[in-house]
Amino acid sequence: MNWESWILSGFVATLSLSTLLVTSQGLRLTRMNVPYLLGTIITPERERARLYGFLGHLINGWIFSLLYVYIFEARHMVNWWFGLLLGLAHAMVLLTVGMTLLPSIHPRMATERKGPSARRQLEPPGFMALNYGYQTPISVFIAHAAFGAILGSLYHLH
Amino acid sequence: MFASIYRQESAILGFSLNAMANNSPDLESTDFRSYPEIGDYAVIGDCRSAALVSKYGWIDWLCWPRFDSPSIFAALLDRERGGFWRISPIGPFSIEREYLDGSNVLQTKFQTSGGVVTLTDLMPVRDSIRLLMVPDHEIIRRLSCADGEVEIEIELAPRANYGETIPPIRDCGKLGIRIDNGHGVYWLRGDASFQIANSSVLARATLRAGDTLSFSFSYTENAPAVLPPVEHLAERVETCIKWWENWTAQLKYDGDFQDEVMRSALALKLMIFSPSGAIIAAPTTSLPERIGGDLNWDYRYCWLRDASLTIRALIELGFWAEATSFLDWMLHATRLTQPQLRILYSLYGNQPPKERTSKVLRGYRGSSPVRIGNAARDQLQLDVYGEVVDAAAQFAFHGGELDREMQKALLGFGDYVAKHWDSPDQGIWEPRTNPRNHTHSRLLCWTALDRLISLSEQGKLKRAPLDEYKTQAEAIRQQIQLRAWNENLQSYVSELEGEKLDSSLLLLSWYGFEKADAPRMRSTYRKLRERLSTPEGLLYRSEDLPPEGTFAICSFWEAEYLALGGGTTRQARELIDTLTKYRNDLGLYGEEIDGNTGQALGNFPQAFTHVGYIGAALSLNQREKGEQQLAHRPESATPQPSNTKQES
Repeated sequence: MNWESWILSGFVATLSLSTLLVTSQGLRLTRMNVPYLLGTIITPERERARLYGFLGHLINGWIFSLLYVYIFEARHMVNWWFGLLLGLAHAMVLLTVGMTLLPSIHPRMATERKGPSARRQLEPPGFMALNYGYQTPISVFIAHAAFGAILGSLYHLH
Repeated sequence: MFASIYRQESAILGFSLNAMANNSPDLESTDFRSYPEIGDYAVIGDCRSAALVSKYGWIDWLCWPRFDSPSIFAALLDRERGGFWRISPIGPFSIEREYLDGSNVLQTKFQTSGGVVTLTDLMPVRDSIRLLMVPDHEIIRRLSCADGEVEIEIELAPRANYGETIPPIRDCGKLGIRIDNGHGVYWLRGDASFQIANSSVLARATLRAGDTLSFSFSYTENAPAVLPPVEHLAERVETCIKWWENWTAQLKYDGDFQDEVMRSALALKLMIFSPSGAIIAAPTTSLPERIGGDLNWDYRYCWLRDASLTIRALIELGFWAEATSFLDWMLHATRLTQPQLRILYSLYGNQPPKERTSKVLRGYRGSSPVRIGNAARDQLQLDVYGEVVDAAAQFAFHGGELDREMQKALLGFGDYVAKHWDSPDQGIWEPRTNPRNHTHSRLLCWTALDRLISLSEQGKLKRAPLDEYKTQAEAIRQQIQLRAWNENLQSYVSELEGEKLDSSLLLLSWYGFEKADAPRMRSTYRKLRERLSTPEGLLYRSEDLPPEGTFAICSFWEAEYLALGGGTTRQARELIDTLTKYRNDLGLYGEEIDGNTGQALGNFPQAFTHVGYIGAALSLNQREKGEQQLAHRPESATPQPSNTKQES
């Protein structure tokens, strides 16, 4: 594996992913505030949660790009459209499996079955995160497709 | 304390509201489909947005996330299409209501033939709950039954975007009721069993002595939304009350009318947009200045012309944080247009939206159109320069420090005024007519230069072109004395070489142009009383404007003029006493007072009117204690008007 190339391409792709998700909220495509969603796993305090969540998402995305790179190396193929396809698959898993499991993982997220409690007060995302706006899946697909495409474009095989 | 008696007659959305017979001979009828009086409203808020609650328990006005956002409840402007949130007993009831001491937490007590239930309404202030996970914007309503048994009905009819959109409502089980408005989502939670019908949320409950019911209605544009547990709402009500008590504990005022001054300060605080420090004129749009008329304007923006009196009120009451934020906002948020100033700005210093009229809302008691945005944004009003400079001068004279950027901005304003003071403008009352040479605008141009000279001579402002400022200030002074004084009338007049009067002439003393006891001011005051006063002692603002109510701030200017030396302290006190009677039962004022009925008119509540009350009380108190009045002008930088010296 080309570690040097991974560090650079993984960082750029993750930064783009975070930027696109934040931008899509700013453009009102979605209400989903990813930094807040992730940061509240660590702290209930709003401002700190946003900071922790942003950093967490950055690190998480960087690490996750290792999986993409592993697939590139395993298939001996790397280009933007292959990366884009991986990104779309990634988004699909995230929206279906990830979002369904999130209330079980997130310590501050309420469940539809039990409702909010003193500790769990956050609205669950629902199927495909549609609770966070009906265009949320679109923005997640676009951001992850861009993540994969950028990674596919910038990464050089070992 | 207000007490009145009503009975619901209407059948709304399938519920028969005549279920209970009128058992008590004390309980009378009213039609809930009719509009309450403007003065029947209370305001609650979180220093970001505000809601108007009628004395019947209806929330008839709410815009989220900010004061100037589209409404979700606007029954204030259209009973059928506007949207509302009602919590009230079924059957006849009498009402008492009050704000809890030192707070903006409203309590309405409903007495029915079966018992007594108290409704507490508030919007939690975010500063008080910074460390917790709480909704971005929220209204908490809490019912508690003190005696007997009371059947309660709850109805929430969301109508988004000024009644133009009926948002989808979904019952999400234990999570609550979800109302999705596209870019934002509302959540209703509570410990009642909700039903959804006819695009509204309905519930009924019977409360017995000791029972409570709590509701949270919240809004966010950030997901995931925070869904507060209902069982914690009582605790959060207490936290909010404490936050308000701590805020009012800063009040430094020990004169007469203390309760009224505190209520005015609390009302003013609700109109301060805390993220930026901007102060809106009022939280509503299009409440009419004349019932059935078209004098309906959107006041949910920040007018710079209110700056000077507002800063003085905040500083002298001890609210330095609010005064500093407001000054910062004025001098920094207006950077894009400096040295020119617009007359009004949005909450973050942008230009307010273009004015449009609602195609859906029919207006309060048919007073149409309902306007959104304000066309005055394109007007020229030269008085705003004096207001902003005077506000900064008061801040400095009271011990505040003007940093380099502030000084640079002030010098920019000074240069602009020195070049443009002789131009016609629309003037303080914003008539939608051609520009004219308004005396008040000239006065404020003089004030701007006068304060800059004072600041410079006291070393609080560097590099001011003093000679130029003095030359131009003297030229303005001479113009006002020669051309704004009408020898035939023996009065200052509203326009140069004019014949008509205007209550803003009372401010000639406030800004230090003429002493209040100067012969010209006394004579002008007599003429104003003659032409613009009602038998009850209220003042209309101008002879030039279409028929409307009396303008409340003008009466406070009069009281302050008397307190500054234009009359005796007894006269000033009597006038403040008289004006106090025109507050509503909670101590709130609108923009205007109907000269015939005494009812509030115009947008409600009005920051400027409450600033006027505070100013009049401060000046009266200072005079009675022999303290210096109007510290914004510790000494005259330019010579006192020569006629004053001669005539004195």
